[in-house]
Amino acid sequence: MSAPEPNEIALERPAVAGPASAPVAKPEGRFWTGRNIAIGAGVIVALTAPLVAHNFIIFQLTLVMIYGLAILGLNLLTGFNGQFSLGHGAFYGIGAYTAAILMSQNVDYYWTLPCAGALCFVVGFLFGLPALRLQGIYLALATFALATAMPQILKFEPLEPWTGGVQGIPLLKPDPPPGVPLNPDQWLYYFTLAVLLIMLAGAASLVKSRTGRAIMAIRDHPIAAVAMGIDASLYKTLTFGVSALYTGVAGALGAIVIQFVGPDSFPFLLSVSFLVGLVVGGVGSIPGSLVGGVFVLFVPNLAEQVSTGLSGAIYGVILLIVIFVMPSGAAGLVRLAAARLPFARKIRAARSS
Amino acid sequence: MEQLLQQVLAGLATGAIYATMALAVVMIYQAIDHLNFAQGEMAMFSTFLAWQIMQWGVPYWGAFAAAVALSFVGGVAIERVLFRPIHNAPILSQLVAFIALFSILNSSAGEIWDFTIKTFPTPFGTRPFLGSSLISTHQAGMIGVTLAMLGLLYLFFRGSRLGLAMRAAAANPESARLVGIRVGWMIALGWGMSAAIGAVAGMLIAPVVFLEPNMMLGVLLYGFAGAVLGGLSSPGGAVFGGFAVGVIENLAGTFIPYIGREMKLTIALVVIVAVLMVRPAGIFGRVVVSRV
Repeated sequence: MSAPEPNEIALERPAVAGPASAPVAKPEGRFWTGRNIAIGAGVIVALTAPLVAHNFIIFQLTLVMIYGLAILGLNLLTGFNGQFSLGHGAFYGIGAYTAAILMSQNVDYYWTLPCAGALCFVVGFLFGLPALRLQGIYLALATFALATAMPQILKFEPLEPWTGGVQGIPLLKPDPPPGVPLNPDQWLYYFTLAVLLIMLAGAASLVKSRTGRAIMAIRDHPIAAVAMGIDASLYKTLTFGVSALYTGVAGALGAIVIQFVGPDSFPFLLSVSFLVGLVVGGVGSIPGSLVGGVFVLFVPNLAEQVSTGLSGAIYGVILLIVIFVMPSGAAGLVRLAAARLPFARKIRAARSS
Repeated sequence: MEQLLQQVLAGLATGAIYATMALAVVMIYQAIDHLNFAQGEMAMFSTFLAWQIMQWGVPYWGAFAAAVALSFVGGVAIERVLFRPIHNAPILSQLVAFIALFSILNSSAGEIWDFTIKTFPTPFGTRPFLGSSLISTHQAGMIGVTLAMLGLLYLFFRGSRLGLAMRAAAANPESARLVGIRVGWMIALGWGMSAAIGAVAGMLIAPVVFLEPNMMLGVLLYGFAGAVLGGLSSPGGAVFGGFAVGVIENLAGTFIPYIGREMKLTIALVVIVAVLMVRPAGIFGRVVVSRV
């Protein structure tokens, strides 16, 4: 009956604003906080993993990071700004094609990332302009239009000299720089990891900054945010651009790692996967995006292994269980655990006294 | 001019499919305030049920009635078992639950009835309608049934106590509960009705697109587009939107060079987004003003 409320998506208060995270948020001068230890341990595991794992596992882990980065882009838009998108597969595709087209013109692979990011930022910013007028379901439809249009635009005949039409563009796997004792898979893994860490740090500092607070204020209460003097149109379109930039860089990395782009690599289902990853990881949680990446890559394969015929049904059941067990995603579960577990409570009590 | 008229007519014929689906989409949106992404798969499953019952030797209308009844029960059951426990979960989590339901229904239908294409009978016949080669009696019947369902729904929601209670439960759950409406059951009822409408839509669409687990995929997308174009708060608008999408799609495919059959979905969606720019709540949708 009622049109979707402006802050419909923000009905839950995601990670950053939640009271549960507040007590641990201000460890002034303290370095050995649980959060920093977890980040450090994660980085060490990520650094050593490719030295012991199989090449195929390395390839999969690289893809996990790439999907995580794409989901992080969606998270900036949906989780932090409260705008809805079913179209991020399109930005991923634009990023991938930018990388592929540049690489087929003999541009070095690492230069394609900033180009893909810049192009996606512009496209995202421009798409954000009309999206300003739309909210909730209606914005979902507009972004959905973008996602369904993408494969068809890529197949569009007049663009064939660049996009390769239905054939797509095959790419060569980049070699590690001379003198680096790694195989190409390991090298791409570290390359992706470096990009991911830089962009994670960027997202974290963006969210913490003055700009980030403005972005979240628009999510939490658009009218109050405008009354406080926030230029909602500017921040919403900028967030759209930055979000597209993240997903576009992920797409470029994806093209380099998979060594192929084709129009049907970026179907509407890709956008749905990003959305699933976003929700499973935790809306409004930066580390949650990586959990989402893990889910998006591994769970469909897992379902396939259990039963080929019923893989879709098993995937659906797993998804339902996840939603029932942790309705606010993995990040919500961690937050709940931190608030409820006696162990965590004791630490906090000790710290505050 | 003649070509234009013919294309409009053909557009209306396909639009009838979308309109039927858009109507089912709006029904559930009225009841639960969300788009049901599994709506198409629910309709597909209902249609398979009808097909199965017919395979067992039951005549068309018997199978039709049985499928509608089963779908109603199934819709209520899905609400009670799956969605009631998570009705307080964040909206995006509920959306993912819809995606899960979609995946489960699609995959199990494929496993039970396999992916081969099956024909589905029509009660209206497939002769040309009124001598036109573009619209068949089945398509005319489909338009008729869609309009009839719309009329019945209008009467139900405007004229009956139950319809009023359902509207109240959707518009303002707290106040509705205070005046003694069992809001939870109204939502379940909305699910049941929407599943039943979906079943009718599926059985009308199946003779045109043929019966297989993925038959509703495209149709649902167009149905959504139609519903949003017309306005999600207006069943009549949704039906209009569905027809409009069919016509726009057909005209764009015929008259805009380079577009052809490949790009016409894109064009239709672009037109819809352009309309939404001007009227952000759909053509017939009401803009709800919220208190700050």
